[in-house]
Amino acid sequence: MSSANLLLYGRRRAVNYIVLALSYAATVAGLLVLFLIMWSLLRNGLPAFGIDFFTQSTPPPNGEGGLLNAIYGSLVMTAVGTAIGTPVGILCGTFLAEFSRSSRLAMAVRFINDILLSAPSIVIGLFVYVVMVVPMGHFSGWAGSVALAILVVPVVVRTSENMLSLVPSGLREAAFALGAPQWKVVVLVVYRAAMQGMLTGVLLAVARIAGETAPLLFTAFNNQFWSANMDGPMGNLPYVIFQFALSPYAGWQQLAWGGALLITLAILTLNIFARLLANWSSFEK
Amino acid sequence: MRRQRLGDTLFRAVTRGFALGVLLLLGAIIASLVSGSIPAFREFGPSFLISTAWNPVKENFGALPAIYGTLVTSLLAMMLAVPIAFGIAIFLTELCPPLLRRPIGTLIELLAAIPSIIYGIWGLFVLAPVLQSVVQPALIGSLGEIPLLGVLFAGPPLGLGILTASIILAVMVLPFIASVSRDVFLTVPPLLRESAYGMGATTSEVIRDIIIPHSRAGIVGGVMLGLGRALGETMAVTFVIGNAHHIKASLLAPGTTISATLANEFTEAVSTLYTSSLIALGLILFVITLIVLAMANYMLWRMGSREEA
Repeated sequence: MSSANLLLYGRRRAVNYIVLALSYAATVAGLLVLFLIMWSLLRNGLPAFGIDFFTQSTPPPNGEGGLLNAIYGSLVMTAVGTAIGTPVGILCGTFLAEFSRSSRLAMAVRFINDILLSAPSIVIGLFVYVVMVVPMGHFSGWAGSVALAILVVPVVVRTSENMLSLVPSGLREAAFALGAPQWKVVVLVVYRAAMQGMLTGVLLAVARIAGETAPLLFTAFNNQFWSANMDGPMGNLPYVIFQFALSPYAGWQQLAWGGALLITLAILTLNIFARLLANWSSFEK
Repeated sequence: MRRQRLGDTLFRAVTRGFALGVLLLLGAIIASLVSGSIPAFREFGPSFLISTAWNPVKENFGALPAIYGTLVTSLLAMMLAVPIAFGIAIFLTELCPPLLRRPIGTLIELLAAIPSIIYGIWGLFVLAPVLQSVVQPALIGSLGEIPLLGVLFAGPPLGLGILTASIILAVMVLPFIASVSRDVFLTVPPLLRESAYGMGATTSEVIRDIIIPHSRAGIVGGVMLGLGRALGETMAVTFVIGNAHHIKASLLAPGTTISATLANEFTEAVSTLYTSSLIALGLILFVITLIVLAMANYMLWRMGSREEA
């Protein structure tokens, strides 16, 4: 090899090493941030956990208390939001996958749905404020649930369409050959075959809305006291974390970290569970 | 038989109705924001977009500082996140041992699952103090001394401000860009990749000459998707941006974004004009993100249709 060739070879190798080292470094950086966040959550949040944390309502500044009302409000609004959003999403996904795969309407719905999937959640909050809170005259748990439901819909539409499309058409044809009408084929055969996948989608949607703060700011607002009344302002974990973390009181900040840890653990568990479920069903096929 | 056929028609009509509902939802969001922002635009006219005023007492509002903050933090976040996200995508597709591919990919994706508010509290209590005591003084001491460029790093190290918000945003959009890039990198036919390796190309040459040209549309789509997320991100930014309605050249200075302004001030706005100005800000944000996300999805869709062809 001539010296010019050696030089070229050496330079190519050097460039290669640099690029590879940088991409290792990038991955390490990404993982490091995840561990740093989890570490600070555990360190600052764990001391807040105790019996009071789960059994008392949010305290006044410098008082003793827990997050019971906020935990309850978050659970209820997440549940109602999911209950409203899931059927809408599944029916829309059914239309896209079963009735109209490539019509112009289906293309438009898919396109708009993908946009709604990433649309800023605070704008959804504004929308619900304008159409629900203003006419009703006050903040309410219902308005918060509707805002969350609007966030659930695009996630469920996307996953249920994908999962329904994966069901082999042989199954449908077999059911048709037995004389079943299309609605029975879809409801009794296709839904059953795609059940696990659709459940994954719903779990991911729950994980997404459980920590959402922005859409609740102007809809459910907050309630310092225990309240099971969906027709009035309702406490919720994300809002309490927001309010307490930015307050100057040490006790409030402590509760904010505890709430943050609780919500993160719940969401990560849901996410991992949803992924395991998805893997499990794909192994089975 | 007739009852079954009626069932079919009904079922089809219902699903079609909900599909139309999704379309109508977008229209309803735009319509409600437009109607809510009419008082503000009637009062201030188009100069609302270029005015830097923000005075709730005198009821004089302008959107420019918030628009500026939104765009600057998002663009800076992209500059930080895109190279790292590509590094991760390259690692996951080209370098990672197959056994670790899934766990590491999942861990990176879990970053996207962490709610915005957690990034906010972490940014405020953990990241900002470090930036204030270590990183920002170093920046002021080094880059701040350079003429022209120094303007960007002028002023005291406050810890909270445009730069802190951009870093937090970068971490938040990282997993989106990384996982979209990984997915489009994986669409490169193995034959192409292996032919290049067979001709003696190094990994970095395969990436530059085969993988990136082949997946360009998808990469641009993924980056735009990340940008769309960054523009509308609310809680994390609200914690660390400093919430000041002015435009400063320095990246270390506090600023505000549209979403942070809404989160901070909406429930405190008492007058119609104040509320309406905030809704108008929301409308501007929605229009900007709609355009970015529509372009992103178009790029990804083009990529997808080529894949099938």
